[in-house]
Amino acid sequence: MRNPFPQMTFASQLIQFLFTGLTLGSIYALVALGFTMIYNATGIINLAQGEFVMLGGLTMVFFTGVLKIPLLIGFLLAVIAVTLVGALFERLAIHPLKNASLITLIMITLAGSILFRGIAMFLWGKDPYALPAFADSKPVQFLGATIQLQIFWVLAITLLVVFGSGFFFNRTLLGKAMTACAFNPLAAQLVGIRVRRMILFSFALSAAFGAIAGAIITPITLMEYDRGPLLTLKGFAAVVLGGLGSGVGSVVAGFIIGVLESLGAGLISSGYKDAIALMVLLLVLWVKPSGLFGSKEASELKKF
Amino acid sequence: MSRKFFFVILGISLLLFGSLPKDSWAEKEPYSIGAVFSVSGGASFLGDPERNTVKMIEEWVNGAGGIQGHPLKVIVEDTKSDESQAVLAVRKLLEKDKVIAIVGPSTTGESMAVVPIMEKAGTPLISCAAALSIVTPKDELDRILTAKIFEMPKKQNKWIFKTPQTDTSAVETIYDHMKKKGISRIAIITVTVGFGDFGRKELKRVAPAYGISIVADEVYGPKDSDMTAQLTKIKGTDAQAVVNWSVGPPQVIVTKNWKQLDMKIPLYQSHGFGSKRNIELAGGAAEGVLCPLSHLVVAEKIRADHPQKPIIMKYKTEYEKRFKTDVSTFGGYAWDALYLLVDALKAVGPHKAKIRNYLETQIKNWPGASGIFTLSPADHTGLKKDAFEMILVKNGDWAFAD
Amino acid sequence: MKRKDLYALLGVVLAILLFSWLAGGKEYYLSLLVFVGINSLMTMGLSMLMGYAGQISLGHAAFFGIGAYSSGILTTKYFFHPVGAFMIGIFLSALIAFLVGKPTLRLKGHYMAVATLGFGEILFIVFNELSSLTGGPSGLSGIPPLMIFGHPLEGATYLYLVWAFVILLLVFSLNVINSRVGRALRALHGSELAAGAMGVDASRFKVQVFVLSAIYASTAGSLYAHFITFISPSSFSFMFSILLLMMVVVGGAETIWGALLGTLLLTLLPEYLRGLEDFEVLVYGAILMVVLLFMPQGILEGMRKMLGKNAGGRVGSP
Repeated sequence: MRNPFPQMTFASQLIQFLFTGLTLGSIYALVALGFTMIYNATGIINLAQGEFVMLGGLTMVFFTGVLKIPLLIGFLLAVIAVTLVGALFERLAIHPLKNASLITLIMITLAGSILFRGIAMFLWGKDPYALPAFADSKPVQFLGATIQLQIFWVLAITLLVVFGSGFFFNRTLLGKAMTACAFNPLAAQLVGIRVRRMILFSFALSAAFGAIAGAIITPITLMEYDRGPLLTLKGFAAVVLGGLGSGVGSVVAGFIIGVLESLGAGLISSGYKDAIALMVLLLVLWVKPSGLFGSKEASELKKF
Repeated sequence: MSRKFFFVILGISLLLFGSLPKDSWAEKEPYSIGAVFSVSGGASFLGDPERNTVKMIEEWVNGAGGIQGHPLKVIVEDTKSDESQAVLAVRKLLEKDKVIAIVGPSTTGESMAVVPIMEKAGTPLISCAAALSIVTPKDELDRILTAKIFEMPKKQNKWIFKTPQTDTSAVETIYDHMKKKGISRIAIITVTVGFGDFGRKELKRVAPAYGISIVADEVYGPKDSDMTAQLTKIKGTDAQAVVNWSVGPPQVIVTKNWKQLDMKIPLYQSHGFGSKRNIELAGGAAEGVLCPLSHLVVAEKIRADHPQKPIIMKYKTEYEKRFKTDVSTFGGYAWDALYLLVDALKAVGPHKAKIRNYLETQIKNWPGASGIFTLSPADHTGLKKDAFEMILVKNGDWAFAD
Repeated sequence: MKRKDLYALLGVVLAILLFSWLAGGKEYYLSLLVFVGINSLMTMGLSMLMGYAGQISLGHAAFFGIGAYSSGILTTKYFFHPVGAFMIGIFLSALIAFLVGKPTLRLKGHYMAVATLGFGEILFIVFNELSSLTGGPSGLSGIPPLMIFGHPLEGATYLYLVWAFVILLLVFSLNVINSRVGRALRALHGSELAAGAMGVDASRFKVQVFVLSAIYASTAGSLYAHFITFISPSSFSFMFSILLLMMVVVGGAETIWGALLGTLLLTLLPEYLRGLEDFEVLVYGAILMVVLLFMPQGILEGMRKMLGKNAGGRVGSP
């Protein structure tokens, strides 16, 4: 048995690591963006964020795999379904607690994540599920690295979502209203913005982003009921690394963490890969306590 | 006011403790066997089929009139793949349910946590986890692990048995095949939880005896989404084959990544790969994957006069009919564990020490789902590497590898 | 110590004695109470950190692990005396808490939460990777039980040992809370700016409480290691850190008694749900949500309201 050694030059390996890192980073970025939206509207860290990703993947499996609905429609249905779940969650669990302490609200999102996991386990069991790739095709060869087509789908859709939300928050009235609520709910109310409604939207949108992430990543990585917590952890890390409240920061940080993880695994040690990314996070925070893109004032404002 | 506070605290605590499930009447009639499985949590791939299997067997045995008239009662406890829960479950089974013996736990970690309890309680335990350390006393295990030549233990824990083939046998089957194919430099990639870790240690320990050198040793976490980075690193070495050791989704992810990277060297999986579902989930990427599997998984392909044939055919057909999912190697461990106890009960009745002696001395060439068992005082596993067959995935199905 | 705290303390002591008698040698019940005690040590420390210093730690399982592995490794591989290993665990935890705490506690709110989360996760990875020392994912077995005068401590006696520690540290904590330092901490929680104006050095106290809570967790870890005789990294993951936090919040994050109550309830809850098999996670999550929705300030506070007392205020208010 002969191995045509060497199969890959160092340069091609680097490119491979980069693409893997970007793929993972896309998911973290989408999760982090979802975190940011809720945080901006309410100050809450939604510890059930990873579960939205999981639900997105699994509901899409249900629509396309069980009901045999065509891919695109199944995708849309899955995103809509999970968005509704997010909205329902806000109405039932967050809204009634308007006067509770922040830490209690965060714990409720944690309880929510356990509940979602329990429901997913009940509906889908503990087995993993797969989705076919969005387009059937051979992987692309790029400078010695092999890139599967789905990765381009992941990157493209992520960028679409990111730029879409940037446009939404900066150019549309609704988006600007949501941002206003983040800075000063009282002032926002005075100018006629329905703060309660904005909070509902933030949860719904955040769930949508999570669902999209789940749907696009499942063809590559499969999905099962308890994939959520690790994604929540990494997404949370990305949000903080990027600077709480900064959408741009979350996305950039998400990609940074993904690439760090991949490079860490490939170049240093696969066992310590997560530790490397986290160590970088800690070092950044110790040097710049408000994160890469966060402002000092904004971090002081947000009461914990 | 402060006194009210005091009473409130006392009261709540009393209420809570008082309402925990009470002792049941000591029942003389049924034979109670405890089953401690990871039905939920990270190791549910093990515990779920194991639980299903023992429940199915319980029904069959009772449907056929029990064990000499005594009904069989299998009490299943879910440990949620957690060691503290395993300890609590075992204690509850021993003290409240007064079981005669226990099957399980599903994982090595949980088994290790309960071994001292079972030894102290003088109650037979038939674990469904694979590690040698479960049945071997620590000093004996240390001795062979640091020995210059590769050897198997000569002393075993008195009350502890296990049904899974030792990971060593799976490793040996793989290495035998590699030797046949002239492979001497390999890369290993394993998951950082018990099953993967023990596989990794055994792969490294046994390699020198086969003249195999490990040129890359990569790991990944159980919930990782992608192992391309690790495989890319391996692709840059002169490894002639890559061995993956994990169970659950990571096996499939590694397979898909291996295919996508177009690695040109064979991928060997552990015996954890033995479910058709893994082939489906890999979506075609599993073609050509090699793995050591027990006869149970490839039951139809086993020749008709093999001693295991009737058992594995029955198990496979009934399980798949009833639970609408593939039979799994892991469920087979529970099958063997429970049937060993059933046979022991038939022979010597509900006496812990007699059952233990029966198991240790009377089980010879006993055909089970996982293999043909021969137990002895020096070997509380009873299976050797011939319990495995080297299997190749061909056309979406299992085939004997050549 | 306030009188009401004294009564509550006596209540706890009596409750423990009562249960060990009721349990009648049944290891199952005794083990349960031991786990409640071990978890309580950790939640007490967390409660002081959260309720009084207003800081959060999402990585406390790491200190639990440091204590457990120190005791485990030193007694099995290097034949240390358990007390020596225990002290080393305390020292290591305190040192690491100090080194990590100083830069981390300067961070605000969620930033600090993630920093502690990251720290906890890094330590978990280290426990997994330093295989030759810790046994890696396969764990460390054969940890010797504790002995007193040649007799091994187990069952009821181990229960007394663990709860002796709990009572001891509880008394210590209550004294801290009601001391000058404690009042300073409560001042911090209200407003750091005001506290600073009064001459209270915020960061120094924060770090001190963090180190103290780490010592509590390390103690719990050592006791855990000698009780269960087998440890593996999976017991020290961030899931466990979060569970501890949940215990504190569900019970009532504002007081130590709340934390203890939450620990008792959440350690026992899974035992009640034992028969539910596949539904267990679902029901567990649902119960937690319902409790938090109806008693957002924690069960202790919720009960106080129901019993008609003046709600609000922490231990120290009349």
